[in-house]
Amino acid sequence: MAAGGHTIDALGQFELATVFGPVGASVRFSQSNLMMVVAAALILALLYFGMRAKAVVPGRLQSMAELCYDGIYSMCVDQIGHEGKRFFPFIFTLFFFILLGNLLGLVPFSFTFTSHIAVTFAMAVMVIVLVTVVALRIHGLQFFTYFFPAGAPKLLAPLIIPVEMISYLSRPVSLSIRLFANMVAGHVMFEVFASFIVMMAGAGVLGAIGAIGPLALNVVLVGFELLVAVLQAYVFAILTCIYLHDAVHLH
Amino acid sequence: MEVAAAKALGAGIAVIALAGVGIGIGNIFSALVNSVARNPSARDQVFGLGILGFALTEAVALFALLIAFLILFT
Repeated sequence: MAAGGHTIDALGQFELATVFGPVGASVRFSQSNLMMVVAAALILALLYFGMRAKAVVPGRLQSMAELCYDGIYSMCVDQIGHEGKRFFPFIFTLFFFILLGNLLGLVPFSFTFTSHIAVTFAMAVMVIVLVTVVALRIHGLQFFTYFFPAGAPKLLAPLIIPVEMISYLSRPVSLSIRLFANMVAGHVMFEVFASFIVMMAGAGVLGAIGAIGPLALNVVLVGFELLVAVLQAYVFAILTCIYLHDAVHLH
Repeated sequence: MEVAAAKALGAGIAVIALAGVGIGIGNIFSALVNSVARNPSARDQVFGLGILGFALTEAVALFALLIAFLILFT
C-alpha cells in the first residue's frame, strides 16, 4: 500500500529474530521464546513472592495472588463441576500464560508470542487432546455416543454424526484462530494508525495538527487492547472449561 | 496498478462481513440490557455470558479483518 511515498509495513512487527547474539542464534532462541520465559517467570514470581508472607490479612501482592487463584478456581468449579478441581492447575497455567503473553505484547518494543498461529494452535491442540483423553478415560467407548445425542431419530444419524464430528474437530481451529486473529488485528491497527501519525506529521503544519487525531485514537486503542488481552485469555480458559465439562459429563 | 486496485477492492469486500457482526453484537447487548432490566439480581451471571457471546461474535469480525489484512499486506 503506497501512499505519498510512505509504505505501511503492518506485518513486519511479527517477524522472528534471534536474541542473545551467536549463542541464541545457534539454538534458534527467538524473542518469542524470550517473552515466553519472561511470562512464565513473572507469574511464578507473583505466586512465590505473593504467597511467601502467608499473612492472615493479606498485603497487596498476596491479595493479588489470592485473587488470581480464587478467580480461576471458582471458574473451574462453576463450569466443570466438582471434577473441575483436578483440571485447575492446567487451566490456571493456560490462562496466565496467555494473559501475560497478551499483556507483555502491549509493552513497547516487546513481542506478542500469542500473535503466532504456531503458538496458539499448539495450545489449542494440547487442550483438545487432553479433552479427548479425559473423555475416553472416564467413559471408555461410551464417549462415541457424544456424536449422536440420545433420543435423536435414528433416521437422522447419517446427518447428525458428521456434523457433530466436524464441530468437534473444528474446536482447536476456532480456538487458536480466535486468539491469534485478535492479537494480530490489534497490533496491525496500532501499526496502521502510528503510520498515519508519521505520514500526516510529515505533510506540513496543518497535517501535524491533524495528526493529533490518529494519536488520540491510538491511545484509546491501547485501552481497548488491554480489555481484549484479558478477554481473550478469559475466553480461551472458559472455552477449555466448557470442553472439559462436555468431556466429563457427555452432554 | 490493476493488481493494487483489485487488492484494495478485495479488502473492502472482505470486511462486508462486519455488517453481520454489527447486527450480532447489537443483538447480544440488547438481550443483555433486556435481561438485566427484567431481573437486576441476575446481573453478574448474565454479564459473564454476554461478554462470552461478545467475544465469540467479535472473533468472526476478526476473521474478516484478518483476510482483509492478508489481501492488503501480503
